[in-house]
Amino acid sequence: MKKTLLSLSNLTKQFDGKTVLDSLNLDIYDGEFITLLGPSGCGKTTLLRLMAGFEHADAGTITLSGEDLTGTPPEHRPLNTVFQHYALFPHMSVFDNVAYGLKMEKRPKEEIRERVEEALAMVQLQDYMRRKPHQLSGGQQQRVAIARAVVKRPRLLLLDEPLSALDYKLRRTMQVELKRLQRELGITFVFVTHDQEEALSMSDRVVVLKDGVVQQLGTPREVYERPANLFTARFVGETNFFPGEVESIHDGAITVDVFGLKRTLRRPDFPVREGQPLHVLLRPEDIRVLDPADEQGVAGKIVERNYKGSTLDSVIHLDDGTEVLASEFFDEDDPAFDYRLGEPVKVSWVDGWEWLLPEEADEPVHEDALTDA
Amino acid sequence: MTRWLPRAYLVLVYLLLYVPIGVLVVFSFNDSRSGYTWGGLSLRWYQSLFNNNAMVEAMWNSLWLALSAATVSTIIGALTALALHRYRFRGKKVLNGMLFVVMMSPEIVLAISLLALFLLVGIQLGYVSLLLAHVTFCLPFVVITVMARLSGFDESLPEAARDLGASDFTMTRTVLIPVIMPALLAGWLLGFTLSLDDVVVSTFVSGPSYEILPLRIYSMVRVGLKPEVNALGTLLLVFSLVMLMLSQWILTRSKR
Repeated sequence: MKKTLLSLSNLTKQFDGKTVLDSLNLDIYDGEFITLLGPSGCGKTTLLRLMAGFEHADAGTITLSGEDLTGTPPEHRPLNTVFQHYALFPHMSVFDNVAYGLKMEKRPKEEIRERVEEALAMVQLQDYMRRKPHQLSGGQQQRVAIARAVVKRPRLLLLDEPLSALDYKLRRTMQVELKRLQRELGITFVFVTHDQEEALSMSDRVVVLKDGVVQQLGTPREVYERPANLFTARFVGETNFFPGEVESIHDGAITVDVFGLKRTLRRPDFPVREGQPLHVLLRPEDIRVLDPADEQGVAGKIVERNYKGSTLDSVIHLDDGTEVLASEFFDEDDPAFDYRLGEPVKVSWVDGWEWLLPEEADEPVHEDALTDA
Repeated sequence: MTRWLPRAYLVLVYLLLYVPIGVLVVFSFNDSRSGYTWGGLSLRWYQSLFNNNAMVEAMWNSLWLALSAATVSTIIGALTALALHRYRFRGKKVLNGMLFVVMMSPEIVLAISLLALFLLVGIQLGYVSLLLAHVTFCLPFVVITVMARLSGFDESLPEAARDLGASDFTMTRTVLIPVIMPALLAGWLLGFTLSLDDVVVSTFVSGPSYEILPLRIYSMVRVGLKPEVNALGTLLLVFSLVMLMLSQWILTRSKR
């Protein structure tokens, strides 16, 4: 059974009359790696700052294993933060930076030295103790910031887009390293990012935020394969949206008309009625590109091809103008597999790989419906 | 062909800047009484300078005044800058604007108004009135220097300190002040030099009980220039060079 460590209830925060968080509820489990994911301005950083105590909520409470933290100043909260731009103290050596939190606790000198050395060894920086922050590379500064935050053995570590200032390769390395640290330390990580790939690859659970409201909370797989709404579907990964219409309803299945194809699909969780328009979502890797002579599928032609090394990504224009993204793995039997631009093809998918979502008020299935309303 | 032109121009500029100072230094060692003829090397003007009790006293007065005015204005200025930087409060814009008013208004206006104020309130003209006046005109420079430093200050540093368990006071002592130290030093030095060579305001608000160097020199010049002044000028030049080097040394050390 998962134990709740930090519980946020009905958190509301406004800045100059603009609602940034709207009575948000979230339970964070002990020992998990949870990611707050969303575009800039979605409230993820504000949420983190509320947890750290740098901002005060207009309403709602924050409790840490049953203890109310809502009015506690940051220095008395048993959690630490890794800042986006590291926030290392420029006038102190690496050692003094990491020792700062322990000195505040008035620990004995010997203990401070031991624990700082241990924390720096953990991030492989034990040889840099005497350096000043500006003598380190970005990645090294990042690791000092992490060591400084974990040396106090917090219950919870808050990370505010900690990898956004690093280059791609270093980012990948740090992602792996952060995961390793989290496993070894057993500390709960709350990670903020706008990078969906990072969120999917690192987290146990992902919170998708938009306009201060939780859009979806689930495992990376759930968020990617079963998005709760169109926003999540669009924000996390690439998605093709096909307009569909319910033809008939059976037990556990429905027949949907997509581009004139009648496909029998799994019945979705939301209520359906005959004639109802709905979105049929397909990830590029779920798309099958078929020979134009094939009986099933929708006709179109290749307008773009993109060699990606392990996959061949293509853009297909269907005859009605819909654009479809397809991503196909190379087949060992056919290493020369490729498309010509303008080549006629047919598009289909494997039954059961689609995901259905209902219409949303501002996003009807058929775009012309918007003007009617 | 035209390559020598910019160089010649540069040389000319430097000559204009430094020749008068060079002449002053050289003539401070001149044995001759006249300011135009060279009478051999001598330290007699330095000797007569140090025998001139009124002059030496004025020098100490000036140094003490500059020291205290710079220190007081740095303390008040740093706190003002912090308040302007950190908090939003009623009258913030007015306060900000007033600093510029003090800085931009003609010195003579400041001098007259300060004199009127001191007479009205009944402050004896002397050290206290000089100190108050000097702090007044040094203050905006300190505030602006510190504000400039604070504007480039990473706002997450105080948060990081609080996050690691420091109270607001401890954070200020261990993080904020050390980080803005170069600006505090620069502001202090600026105040020090401004105070040391001020004539206009000082003329109005000083009294017979406390004579300061610029006024002393000014009164000496009126009765005829004595080469003693050259010696004094040279000493002040050396002093300010030492101060400058000291501040540079402190700044480069703090960066490391």
